[in-house]
Amino acid sequence: MQEAAVGAIPAPPAPSPAEAPRGGGVLHVALIGNPNTGKSTLFNALTGMRQRVGNYSGVTVERVEGRYRDDQGAVTIIDLPGTYSLSASSPDEEIALAVLTGHAPGIDRPDVAVVVLDAANLERNLFLTSQVLELGLPTVVALNQVDAAEAAGLRIDAVELTMELGAPVVPIVATRGEGLDVLKSAIRKAPGLDRPERRFELPAEAAAALKPVEQALVDAGFNASAASMEALRLLAVQHVGKHLSGVPGLEPAVATARAEVEAAGLMPTSLEAESRYGWIGGVVDSCVTRAGQSGRTITDRIDAVALHRVGGPLVFIALMALVFQSIFTWAEPMIGLVEGLFGIISSAVGGAIPEGDLNSLLVEGVIAGVGSVLVFLPQIVILFLFIGILEDTGYMARAAFIMDRFMRSVGLHGRSFIPLLSGYACAVPGIMATRTIESRKDRLATIMVLPLMSCSARIPIYALLIGTFIPPVVVGGIFNLQGVTLLAMYLLGTVTALVVASLFKRTLLRGQARPMIMELPPYRLPRLKSLALSVGHRASLFLKKAGTVILSLTIILWALATYPRTEPAPGMTDQQAQEAQLANSALGRVGHAIEPLVRPLGYDWKIGVGIVSSFAAREVFVSTMGTIYGVGSDADEGSSSLRERLRGERHGSSGALVYTPLVAVGLMVFYVYAMMCMSTIAVVVRETGGGWTGVRWAAFQFGWMLALAYGSALLVYQGGRLLGWG
Amino acid sequence: MKKLSDLSPGDRGRVKKMGGEPEALRRLMEMGLMRGTAVEVVRRAPLGDPLEVKVRGFMLTLRRSEAEHIEVE
Repeated sequence: MQEAAVGAIPAPPAPSPAEAPRGGGVLHVALIGNPNTGKSTLFNALTGMRQRVGNYSGVTVERVEGRYRDDQGAVTIIDLPGTYSLSASSPDEEIALAVLTGHAPGIDRPDVAVVVLDAANLERNLFLTSQVLELGLPTVVALNQVDAAEAAGLRIDAVELTMELGAPVVPIVATRGEGLDVLKSAIRKAPGLDRPERRFELPAEAAAALKPVEQALVDAGFNASAASMEALRLLAVQHVGKHLSGVPGLEPAVATARAEVEAAGLMPTSLEAESRYGWIGGVVDSCVTRAGQSGRTITDRIDAVALHRVGGPLVFIALMALVFQSIFTWAEPMIGLVEGLFGIISSAVGGAIPEGDLNSLLVEGVIAGVGSVLVFLPQIVILFLFIGILEDTGYMARAAFIMDRFMRSVGLHGRSFIPLLSGYACAVPGIMATRTIESRKDRLATIMVLPLMSCSARIPIYALLIGTFIPPVVVGGIFNLQGVTLLAMYLLGTVTALVVASLFKRTLLRGQARPMIMELPPYRLPRLKSLALSVGHRASLFLKKAGTVILSLTIILWALATYPRTEPAPGMTDQQAQEAQLANSALGRVGHAIEPLVRPLGYDWKIGVGIVSSFAAREVFVSTMGTIYGVGSDADEGSSSLRERLRGERHGSSGALVYTPLVAVGLMVFYVYAMMCMSTIAVVVRETGGGWTGVRWAAFQFGWMLALAYGSALLVYQGGRLLGWG
Repeated sequence: MKKLSDLSPGDRGRVKKMGGEPEALRRLMEMGLMRGTAVEVVRRAPLGDPLEVKVRGFMLTLRRSEAEHIEVE
């Protein structure tokens, strides 16, 4: 089989028992293709709702699997990440290559590979296709969007293309479900056909130079075809890929091959690309007929405005304002609905169970805990709906294109912009949205600063403190001091996020600037089904992962505030009894214990308790204050009695007012900076690598943000007092 | 010798020589931009960078810092 190396075409290897379809009749299929080829649409069309989503073991690359049945039994499909090549230079590519060569942990080598091609973009798509064909797997080529190609004046001869590629080509229109039956039957038949392999010959010197590399791979268990594909790839890449780490003698063999190729006057870095695209040029010439040059496309016309020097930024700002606005205004009625629903459940449960600890645990612990997470669901759904629409239409790539120059000035990448913007609604989906950032360091830097964007959970705190302590006086002729203060809090968070990101990128996360090499795909209408699937899947991830954490924490907080029990002294009012209970509870004792810590910030032990309890989620601060000041735990930011209690509160020792505008501002600054949100911490742990790695990143982030919060609040309070404002 | 970054929107050319960071270089070649490829600069981003170029029938973006290493004729 070594003849393959010098270009002779060997007989296709007979399927070894290990490569034959597995028993049980289940056929394993891997779906691969360039981004924007409609791969996910095809996946959804084939599998419907029968999908499972998770991560590949050890990496945060998303893993989507689904099933369908045909007349011969079940077929499972794994949807590989969209890639332009198999060079294993990004986590996505590395996973795709590992799965296709049978080296991905926990995943068997697929029985059939299905390559999805965009018919309107055949030339570039054939690069990945030719790499996949050479892996020696039974392969079916799904030629997608043939309708769009024909509209653009391109006619592709599928029979001719089948001959050229040596693998069956099935024209389909995935969005309309056309050609799927033919595709399914081609997938069934594929294992019985000859294996595809390399269709072009390398220059003789290069083929000879690569022979020892191929031999090393064959000795390590690769089939001849896959070995020659990997050998050619290895000439140009810097990292061999994890699946080859165990091949003995590989690196020196590659180095020798590189030197020999160079000595023959060829360039190792461009040999693969030039050989493949040289061959592709011939294939396209023989299979594609062009019906004249079509004029300006719809995409050209939209981009003439959407990427215009003046119009582009205006469109961008208008779209972002729409997203921002809708997250707050459209979500409002739905938030009310969720709150109302939980009110009903709460009173139903509260009435059905006799008063006591169980009642209190269910009503104030479990239901209040689940409710405090669920109220954010409407905002998250709306945000993900917008992100889904922006992605599916193709605008997201344009947003990165427009913002790249600005984001680069703080050391980040254009793709960091949308996740940061999402952070204004909630850091959890924002951190999940950083998955579109390819570079791990850029992604980490974005995650590290994302909780500084003022999320909606801070609004209750801002509203309570500003409404109570900042006078509504007019400043500068037209502005209200309350509004200016609110704006200042948002600006403080945003500016700090950009500054800190640039600090991180210059120190801890310093790395080469990632190139901005990206496709601007044609605009497309989003598909309702894909949108529903992606929004549903992200929303359920949020509920599952974040909800469990916040739920268990509220139960713990409830227990800390409830035990040990204090019997009310005779003659105490309900309010006094409640306050005595809280002061003696574990939470109250913690409050007294940490009082020396919060004292320099101008706080008393009650604010300390509020801060401690709000480690679960910022908005818990407001309800804790309500409990502490005896107006009931259902106090909200609009509660006038809570406002009056806060205004009248005096220090026990000195009799001075606890809350001054200076204390209120310091407290708000504390909440701008501190990472008081269990859900966010849980997501950071998961998205920065999970396990100990993730825990370390989350702990580091929590630490520096708390230090920044404390230091800034201290500076505001003590500095303000020095200036005589307090 | 002209560089890709020197071209104005609407200008066309053919790549003569490629250079720059190996990582970016390989990515560009995988996308089909290499010696002999015809390119057309479509526009610059509103802030002046990156560039949008048409290659093999699709739109590709790259920064000026990458385009400076690509010679065209």
